Amino acid sequence: MAALTLVQSVNLALARAMADDPRVLVLGEDVGIDGGVFRATDGLLARFGPERVLDTPLAELGIAGLAVGLAAQGFRPVAEIQFSGFVYPCIDQIMNHAARLRTRTHGRLSCPMVLRMPAGGGIRAVEHHSECPEAMFAHMPGLRVVVPASPARAYGLLLAAIRDPDPVIFLEPTRLYRAVREEVADDGAALPLDRAFSLRPGADITLIAWGGMVPEALAAAETLAAEGIDAGVIDLATLKPLDMETVLAEVARTGRCVIVQEAPVSGGLGAEVAAGIAERGLDQLLAPIRRLAPPDVVVPAPRLETAYLPDAARIAAAARETMAYT
Amino acid sequence: MPATRIAARFEVRYTRLLDAEGKAAGPLPGFARDPAALVALYRAMVLTRTFDAKAIALQRTGRLGTYASSLGQEAVAVGAAAAMAPDDVLVPSFREHGAQLWRGVTLHELFLFWGGDERGNDFAGPREDFPISVPVGSHALHAAGVALAFKLRHEARAALCIFGDGATSKGDVAEAMNFAGVWTLPLVFVINNNGWAISVPRAAQSAAQTLAQKAVAAGIPGEQVDGNDVIAMRAATEAALAKARAGGGAHVIEALTYRLSDHTTADDASRYRSDAEVSQRWAEEPVARLRRHLEGAGLWDKAAEEALLHETAATVEEAASAYLATPAQAPDSMAAFTYAAWPAALAAQRAWFAPAPAGTEG
Ligand SMILES: Cc1ncc(C[n+]2csc(CCOP(=O)(O)OP(=O)(O)O)c2C)c(N)n1
Ligand SMILES: [Mg+2]
Repeated sequence: MAALTLVQSVNLALARAMADDPRVLVLGEDVGIDGGVFRATDGLLARFGPERVLDTPLAELGIAGLAVGLAAQGFRPVAEIQFSGFVYPCIDQIMNHAARLRTRTHGRLSCPMVLRMPAGGGIRAVEHHSECPEAMFAHMPGLRVVVPASPARAYGLLLAAIRDPDPVIFLEPTRLYRAVREEVADDGAALPLDRAFSLRPGADITLIAWGGMVPEALAAAETLAAEGIDAGVIDLATLKPLDMETVLAEVARTGRCVIVQEAPVSGGLGAEVAAGIAERGLDQLLAPIRRLAPPDVVVPAPRLETAYLPDAARIAAAARETMAYT
Repeated sequence: MPATRIAARFEVRYTRLLDAEGKAAGPLPGFARDPAALVALYRAMVLTRTFDAKAIALQRTGRLGTYASSLGQEAVAVGAAAAMAPDDVLVPSFREHGAQLWRGVTLHELFLFWGGDERGNDFAGPREDFPISVPVGSHALHAAGVALAFKLRHEARAALCIFGDGATSKGDVAEAMNFAGVWTLPLVFVINNNGWAISVPRAAQSAAQTLAQKAVAAGIPGEQVDGNDVIAMRAATEAALAKARAGGGAHVIEALTYRLSDHTTADDASRYRSDAEVSQRWAEEPVARLRRHLEGAGLWDKAAEEALLHETAATVEEAASAYLATPAQAPDSMAAFTYAAWPAALAAQRAWFAPAPAGTEG
């Protein structure tokens, strides 16, 4: 087993999927000789050749639409969008085609494709490079939306996404690409989609997070533990469909929760989680559901980014406030 | 009557006025006989290159964000901008620092923008110019909209839009050219063809022999110009803009240049292109080319060069210091321009900007 970063795990899962299944293709801008601007596809061209690793012309809408056609023909395209800020032109192909080809043809044609992209802020990038578009995709019936938060989960979830018979949006938190290393076995074992991961049990309060916010929630839980507050942490991992059973089971034990979201607050995924808890877990709550998310502003340019992003300090403060509710 | 006939034909002209040694390849346009005009172009290219070097140095020492260098491409930006009238509108991509500077965007504003401070987009000078477009090619349609506005108001103005060779693969660019053609818009597209779109070479971007011919499909003329020849760039853009302002419609100029730098400071071009290719292209670069021309015409010498380099370095250093001394804005400034006025219904969200209460560090 090797200690890998998240981006290396993505690379390992891609290589594994390509080795296991000749239908798997990788395509996107600069995925070939350059190995992707974050090196997620490093070495794949040399190993699998230009018929399976395709450097495309610069055209995101084209990449998404091409993947639909390839998938309908029995390939398993794994397309890379260089940054989630450039996925917006793809919406036509994703919403109108990828997500509903199975529906429209009653299963005659389907779309087993993965659209991977780095997402989220925290890397002091130039404008349009720090977007969190998960809620937009989670609103589209027919899609799965997956956000890994650790190297090992990235490996297992990406394999699952590639093997899944339906289109999957796979959002890789850019800030976690090289943040930590973790032992990852290249055993070809997929992790379950549609399941949340309870990372840390807690007796007093449940911190619910995904993507780049997961390490922040874990750090907040450490801080809170030192103060005598036992906080649990859930990594949602698959945002569509949501594993509300795991969330409800944890929240039923603690009676309190903070939902942490990096994207602007209104209409975000956190609202969906909150609604699920309110609908089925209200009678177990000891304090109001707390959503922690930035205001409805455009992600600011790097100089103000830390004032925008939720962090461990804000999460801990929100948890303390929730604990203080009587 | 034969059953088959030729339905259409096209040609794409290529123009170079100065050869790599700076010698005139033929008759030069009027402005090229005006020493002041030539020296102004030269100064602007040197300023652009000096800014570029400083921006890279600041990035390397952690004091600027990821930066896209325009090394070797100064003539495209400066030549095109020099052809514009002040009330034309520039709709640029992210490698046109030279055009922005020519238009009156300040060095301080450029440093602020690339340093991650949005005040750098609030140009004090060219108020109608667009900020650079990071989403590649998406701004070509804005230029079509700007040009349509001019046309609807019967104004003798034109829009100038610059984007890269990679951008020509995008639907937005094809759509913009189509609008420009079908509505005879006062719009000049400059394709800054620097040979590469990050790691993807021009040949892998399009099977078309030239990118200029993409204009033909939209019913507008397209031509190639040596993008390392600032005189040819200015002359071609001037002619196209004059035609556009006079109601003659849109035009595409494919400027052939070369990206001497990495794609950005986050890129390592040695992964995908050889040093030999890059060294060879240095022989064509635009700044030395115009300097040799000026020297040949007796308009420039070593003393003038030293004085200019000295002056330019001081100007850039001064702007860099001012940038570094500019404090970041207060956090709530990020909500200042989300809407014309922050909605009352969202007032409670502003609590996010309050300083963290003491003793709550995580
Ligand atoms: C729509 C979009 N896709 C991808 C990117 C990432 N990216 C930035 S520049 C670039 C290459 C652009 O090539 P080209 O148009 O030739 O311009 P150049 O960088 O060479 O000036 C890419 C892929 C982006 N900024 N926008
Ligand atoms: Mg280019």
